[in-house]
Amino acid sequence: MIQQRNTLMVDIDTLVKQFQNKDQVAFKQLYGMYSKSINGVVYNIVKDTVIAEELMQDVFIKAWQKSDTYAPSKGRFFTWILNIARNAAIDKTRSKAFKQSRQNYDADNFVDIITSNDNLDRSTDAIGIRKFVTNLGQKCKEIIELLYFKGFTQKEASEELNMPIGTIKTRNRNCIQQLRDMVL
Amino acid sequence: MDIKAYIASGILELYVAGQLSEKENQEVYELMQQHPEILQEVLEIEAAVVKLTASVSPHAIDFESFEAKLKDKDTKVVDLKPRKPNWISYTGWAASILLIGGLLWTLNTKTKLEEELQTVSTEKQYLEIQIEEARDNLAAAKTLLDAIRDKDIIAIPLGGQGDYASSYAKVYWNKADNTIYLDGEGLPNAPEGKVWQVWSLTLNPLTPTSLGTIDDFNTDDNKIFTIANTNESQAFGITLEPEGGSATPTMEQLYTLGVVSSTP
Repeated sequence: MIQQRNTLMVDIDTLVKQFQNKDQVAFKQLYGMYSKSINGVVYNIVKDTVIAEELMQDVFIKAWQKSDTYAPSKGRFFTWILNIARNAAIDKTRSKAFKQSRQNYDADNFVDIITSNDNLDRSTDAIGIRKFVTNLGQKCKEIIELLYFKGFTQKEASEELNMPIGTIKTRNRNCIQQLRDMVL
Repeated sequence: MDIKAYIASGILELYVAGQLSEKENQEVYELMQQHPEILQEVLEIEAAVVKLTASVSPHAIDFESFEAKLKDKDTKVVDLKPRKPNWISYTGWAASILLIGGLLWTLNTKTKLEEELQTVSTEKQYLEIQIEEARDNLAAAKTLLDAIRDKDIIAIPLGGQGDYASSYAKVYWNKADNTIYLDGEGLPNAPEGKVWQVWSLTLNPLTPTSLGTIDDFNTDDNKIFTIANTNESQAFGITLEPEGGSATPTMEQLYTLGVVSSTP
């Protein structure tokens, strides 16, 4: 199992390296691995299918153009692109045009979106994910929403949820552990 | 290091979320290289989060729609690279270089001309000084000539004496203003430590009176010296004396002597 996972990591590292050397095939593979996730994160913020996809594509174009600014020692490639995406989406929600067009957008979190997502039924992970979100406690929903989808820091999350920083850290681990049990 | 406790702390979940400091990120990265368990943990957390976030996407994502956009942006970027040689730019540069060369050459020539002008100017000044000197000399000569030609002047030739027969001098005596002009052209330069001393003499009895030493004899150009003389001189003599002069003439060093021929 570990051996297999190591191979996977080497594969990602190699892909990222090739991507940094402007290898389009490697880029296409990384896009295939992460574009849906990035789209999900961005959609959860902007709540608009068209804007979300446009933003997600801009994020990958930006990553392609600035690929030399990434270094593995700074963090995971997924985390890097996740960061770019969250910032782009939040910037978008702050723009005047966006505010005007989306006066009363709903306050759904990721769980609500997943629950009402028709597309999910056809996905292979659908069963696990559905099970996960159905059983997920309120605190876990909130913590995951803030840390992964909204990009809150531990401190910001602790203030938002009125919870000590240390609790956020361990609670989050438990929540993710539940997710792993369901989908991996 | 307690790997299990490290993993259980929840730091790796924050690592994937991108909520660690730059230093902490570096630390986790290094630990991943050293401990396969940590690497494994990070990969599983990441895989789970990737799946969760992907399930929020309202629809599947295809690469084709993105590819077109990427190509569009990429071509724009690529388009900038192979630029055609810009002849206007090259010509501009060439012209600039020529202009700079020309300016430098002009500057150099100007400096040279200025230097030449300076030299000529200096030469001119030098010539002016010479002309002025010549004028002064001429004026002095005229004054001298006028003095010698004065009707009151008595000329007394002083002949060489003894061993110094080749020496000679001349005294022009203006009794009206008690001045003598001594022409020492026929005397050699005074040797070092010696000076020429001029004497006025009365003959019966022979009494010498010093008219002074000629300290600037060697350096004087025309060798004509103006000396005051209030004596009723009957003769003039010149002796070579030690520096500072003597009270009485040293007769062995008497070079020239001349007697006043008549008293006007």
